[in-house]
Amino acid sequence: MKSLLATLALTTALTVPGIAMARPVTLTTTLNAYGGDGAYLAFYVTDASDAYVGSLWMAGGKSKYYKHLGDWSRATGGDTAQVNGITGASVGAGRTLEITLELADALFDAGYTLHVDAAVEDMRDSPNEVAVPLTTDGAGTPVRGRRYIASFAYDM
Amino acid sequence: MIRALHRWPGLLALALVTILGLSGAALSVFPAAERLSAPQSEAGLTVATLAERILVAYPGVEQIRRSPSGRITAYWFDQGTPGAAVIDPATGEGVASADPNQTLRWLTNLHRSLFLGDGGRIAMAAGALAMLVLSLSGAALVARRTGGWRHWFAPLRGPLAGRLHVEIARVAVIGLVLSSTTALWMTASTFDLLPDGGAAPAFPTEVSGETGFALDQMAILRQTPVAELRELSFPYPGDATDVFALKTDRGTGYIDQGSGALLAWGDLTGWERVSETIYMLHTGQGAATLGLVLGLMALGVPAMGATGVLVWLAGRRRRPRIRGNQPAGRAETILLVGSEGGSTWGFAATLHAALSQAGQSVHVGPMSGFAPDRYTRAERIILLTATYGDGAAPASAKGFLDRLNASEHAPDIPLAVLGFGDRSFPAYCAFAKAVAATAQAKGWPELLPLDTINRQSPQDFARWGRALGEALGIPLELSHQPVLPKTKTLTLVSRRDYGAEVQAPTAILRFALPQVSLWQRLTGSGFARFTAGDLIGILPEGSAVSRLYSLASARRDGFIEIVVKKHPGGLASSQLTALEPGQTVTAFLRRNPGFHPGRGRAPLILIGAGTGIGPLAGFVRGNARGRAIHLFFGMRHPDSDFFYNEEITAWQEEGRLTGLVTAVSRGARPRYVQDALRGEATQVADLIRNGARVMVCGGRDMAAGVTDALAEILAPAGLTPAVLKTEGRYVEDVY
Repeated sequence: MKSLLATLALTTALTVPGIAMARPVTLTTTLNAYGGDGAYLAFYVTDASDAYVGSLWMAGGKSKYYKHLGDWSRATGGDTAQVNGITGASVGAGRTLEITLELADALFDAGYTLHVDAAVEDMRDSPNEVAVPLTTDGAGTPVRGRRYIASFAYDM
Repeated sequence: MIRALHRWPGLLALALVTILGLSGAALSVFPAAERLSAPQSEAGLTVATLAERILVAYPGVEQIRRSPSGRITAYWFDQGTPGAAVIDPATGEGVASADPNQTLRWLTNLHRSLFLGDGGRIAMAAGALAMLVLSLSGAALVARRTGGWRHWFAPLRGPLAGRLHVEIARVAVIGLVLSSTTALWMTASTFDLLPDGGAAPAFPTEVSGETGFALDQMAILRQTPVAELRELSFPYPGDATDVFALKTDRGTGYIDQGSGALLAWGDLTGWERVSETIYMLHTGQGAATLGLVLGLMALGVPAMGATGVLVWLAGRRRRPRIRGNQPAGRAETILLVGSEGGSTWGFAATLHAALSQAGQSVHVGPMSGFAPDRYTRAERIILLTATYGDGAAPASAKGFLDRLNASEHAPDIPLAVLGFGDRSFPAYCAFAKAVAATAQAKGWPELLPLDTINRQSPQDFARWGRALGEALGIPLELSHQPVLPKTKTLTLVSRRDYGAEVQAPTAILRFALPQVSLWQRLTGSGFARFTAGDLIGILPEGSAVSRLYSLASARRDGFIEIVVKKHPGGLASSQLTALEPGQTVTAFLRRNPGFHPGRGRAPLILIGAGTGIGPLAGFVRGNARGRAIHLFFGMRHPDSDFFYNEEITAWQEEGRLTGLVTAVSRGARPRYVQDALRGEATQVADLIRNGARVMVCGGRDMAAGVTDALAEILAPAGLTPAVLKTEGRYVEDVY
């Protein structure tokens, strides 16, 4: 179990100057027992027109493998500055990652989508493993990923 | 210095390099197994055809991958459930599970990180660095030991552990250098220290917006053979803005799903190519045979670790503690030691003890610590030094000659030099001689002339000790036993006497085999395993100093046989030649691997005089396979000291001995064995040119005469005895 309080990097568009306009959000990601090494996971947000807005978290420390997180890599051009200061360890099969961060109120119920890309060494890359709309009603509802994520939920 | 660079990384990283070697060897099997088990695609198959076949079998296909072994894997979604399989390219159907091999994964993680993440990766990289340092320093040591890089595969002598260590090393070192350098490169790449990440071309911003272009009509896929494919990713179903992504050996590109056009392409960068080649060389993925060879070489690592530790322990055991060592500034006698393996330290300790007992204050130290300014009270300096390889300084004498050469004048303290060596090597005591010559040239006063000790002979050492005692005016008895061997009691079975008429009473003594323990039998130690040419040490009654004799029999002959000539006043030879059947002597076995005929089929030229016939007769007796053996035998008179006369006739009839030439030194026309050689010069030269091996056994003068005669005989063929010696084709057992 991992509990992290992340401070978003100042460069991301998701940063909120005033604390009154933000709320703490906890992302809980549980992986299934896929029988491989630790998974790299990229958490990021796109807007209603599917344009990349910013990254929330990167699980996995070696930037040379980021190209396997296909959609994130395509959206950011593989720019590691997008995840500076919001990078942690990769997540083992069957383990749970819990991240708590301050997210702007404006991100909710405004057509934004939270995506998770996943990749495991010597196994199939899984871009867009999870894509959930950020809504106040959707909070706390777990969803299943395509390959590696057994359940993902955001709680406020 | 090099030795220290080899020893300490070796001992410190022993566990790491052992794990690396064993796991690496195990991992090397996988690429070969995958290559053998993967269904290979037919020649000329294009990616277009393959992709079409797979799409028919698995309509939800997302990605097709080809590994360097040729194995093709497809990943798909079928009604929301992910699936994967190894594909037979002929049909497009799945034939085996694509799940990762858990053993492979476990071994890989052990090999690269000890299951410890980045910290473990750094530890294993340190292990790889240690392996590289060990390989390079070890290679330098092998070259020094064999006398240069050109003699890399020269035959070795010495204890088994040391020989095994070098035998494995000189084959495996090339693989270990390759594996460790590639490992370091891969670690650097993993930690982003190399600019080899590569850049995919920018994702196309404009696409046709159409979907459904037939795979087998796409030009780029029709042009790309499956052999070059790495990955083909399909667009998301229903997303018209997505594209096909293709990775090949040459680069990466995007293909429009509505038009089949190549929208963007980027070649692999030079760095990427280098890193991929290095990955292939390290893992064997895409080079399975090389991988297996490297894996086999990696198996040498634990073996070299074990033998290396044995060599180190043996060296430590051989170097004794010196009790009551005086500081250099207060000692009257300065004793400096040049030792490689440590045995010369043992002699120094004996000398130190004897001199101290005689009331002297003695300082013992390595020759590399030579500091004449500190020897303020010294009255004499004694150097005991071995020689390394082809005349180089042994480890503890490094820099001595440089320092002496650099000094303006030699110390004004009388000097004695004693060299330690083995006469069967071409550069016998060469370093001691070089030191003595330099000292003389520098005008260093002499206490005693240069003397030498052959094969750690306690007799030579005792004799030199008496000379030293005379020079110092004190009685000095040096009784040095290099290693205390396990002795056995041998019972005489029979004796045959010769030579009384020529004033050289000699006996061929045959002893019964002693009982050997189960442990000795298992390990082949002691009298459990010996062969003609090995030595037995006889401990005469009333003396702690042993005398070595060459064995004329092998274990399988069922007896122990030696040829002993009675020396006037010789303690051991007198007792031995007086022995009657049923009486016993105390003896131990010492192996002498440098004087074995070997297993080959190359002809042997055996040259011996007097009692030197012993081991040579043993070789002939053991020659059941009919290898060509030519024996040159020098004696005084055929009626008196023709040892083994009767057997030799029988051995010739049985085909064990091809030719016999005798030389008789007494009578009307005295002839020595070297004269006999010259008489057969043509035949001898022919034999040697055709690979024959020369083995000489007997007295020092005879051996020198034989060397001269051979030098003459071989000169027309452009060969010299020295060259034969370095090739291991000319060996001597001289006393």
